[in-house]
Amino acid sequence: MAEYSALSLLANALKGNKDWKPAWRKPDPKASYDVIIIGGGGHGLSTAYYLAKEHGITNVAVLEKGWLGSGNVGRNTTAVRSNYLLPANTRFYEHSMKLWENLSHELNYNVMFSQRGCLNLAHTPAQFDDYARRGNAMRHLGVDAELMTPAEIKRLIPALDISSDARFPVVGGLMQRRAGTARHDAVAWGYARGADRRGVDIIENCEVTGFLRDGDRVTGVTTSRGDIRAKKVAVAVAGSTGRVMQMAGVETMPIESHVLQAFVTESLKPFIDTVVTFGMGHFYMSQSDKGGLVYGGDIDGYNSYAQRGNLPIVDEVMSEMLALFPGLARVRMLRSWGGVCDMSMDGSPIITMGPLPGMYLNCGWCYGGFKATPASGWCFAWTIAKDQPHDFNAPFTLDRFHRGLVIDDKGQGANPRLH
Amino acid sequence: MLITCPYCGPRDVIEFTYQGDGNRERPEPASQNFEAWNAYVYDRLNPAGDHNEIWQHSGGCRAHLRVVRNTLTHEISSVAFVRGDHGSGARRKAEDKP
Repeated sequence: MAEYSALSLLANALKGNKDWKPAWRKPDPKASYDVIIIGGGGHGLSTAYYLAKEHGITNVAVLEKGWLGSGNVGRNTTAVRSNYLLPANTRFYEHSMKLWENLSHELNYNVMFSQRGCLNLAHTPAQFDDYARRGNAMRHLGVDAELMTPAEIKRLIPALDISSDARFPVVGGLMQRRAGTARHDAVAWGYARGADRRGVDIIENCEVTGFLRDGDRVTGVTTSRGDIRAKKVAVAVAGSTGRVMQMAGVETMPIESHVLQAFVTESLKPFIDTVVTFGMGHFYMSQSDKGGLVYGGDIDGYNSYAQRGNLPIVDEVMSEMLALFPGLARVRMLRSWGGVCDMSMDGSPIITMGPLPGMYLNCGWCYGGFKATPASGWCFAWTIAKDQPHDFNAPFTLDRFHRGLVIDDKGQGANPRLH
Repeated sequence: MLITCPYCGPRDVIEFTYQGDGNRERPEPASQNFEAWNAYVYDRLNPAGDHNEIWQHSGGCRAHLRVVRNTLTHEISSVAFVRGDHGSGARRKAEDKP
């Protein structure tokens, strides 16, 4: 019987819910491991899970500076999609989508993955043509995509202003039906439990303060809970990539850390049952199962590690929301928060061996790390276990910038603030 | 966030445009030093702490400013005109004139 099931729920309820085991242990760090993963966020935990499950490597520690899932895995707007233009991105994110589709079942943990669709709105004929091109590129690689007319969009989202009087009238949209949302905390907890049950040590409140070296080779880490040695050290720290790599003596990276804000309103009755994105600015919104509208926009636009943003972006995001949904003018915002994004120079991630011997690197997630969580961990685990990348992540090298092989889905050039 | 423009005084951040990392050195336009161009275009120090950066007071006097700002606290410790860095700035010397 699965640990979590209707039967186990009933059995435990009859016994007063006193026999549930913690979802993961709180072990003390051992002196050495086969693999250390720095960062107990979604990507670090899924890497540990797939190392144990797919490759049988269970002598693994995940080191987390704070508590589990306290970073970006709990700060994003929970959207999951694979609607990219370039083949490298499409293949990778579609692999992620396929893992998402079976994730609750595989983890025996309800991540509340809801394939409610993601609709990109087009506001000019040229933009609509561009979406048609992207949709065709997706379908060419076996990903679902369909173009929608304004009338179809109005039926799908009655609250949307598609009138010709709108500030930016809607001329159509690109829909991915299999896209959707997932409960982000449950993703971290589900992976943590899955890894823990297979023998991985998840060590919280354990801050990495430096690297142990033997010449160039990385042989372990120094932490706030003592030195820990490992044959392989994997870094999956998202917004803190610059800081951690500097501890290893890597001074510069093709990454800037920027703050991205997100917002949630008070709970409303069912208002929108899909994820919608604005085409004339940067705005995306969905409704949580609790009823709050969850939405966000651009990064603040200057380097920041502060996990909190400033008011100009708040103002901009709200005005974009009202341009699409005038009816939300009197809805109250409940909370806002910020996360630190590792913005790469071409908008695509890095999952690779190196840059030092004994080290493995996973970073550069820009706005889009959450939807990548399963495939990121799956590919990173493969790379760590086999010392070579899988085909899915082979293009996402660190030296692609140096070699002129950038993966620039938006075609915006080397500016991390635009991706 | 307020930035104190040396010309206009303290103004809201919304009047300013971020021009990015001020640590980068642009090679001479004719340079064929591949490594130097690569470093200029792609490599960033990205410090957690004081960061040397360029802003333009685009909604004010339009001066380009060299700002030292803490990326952990957003606290600004110094603001100066960029043109001070390069002697006479964009003005060419009399003897350079055609």
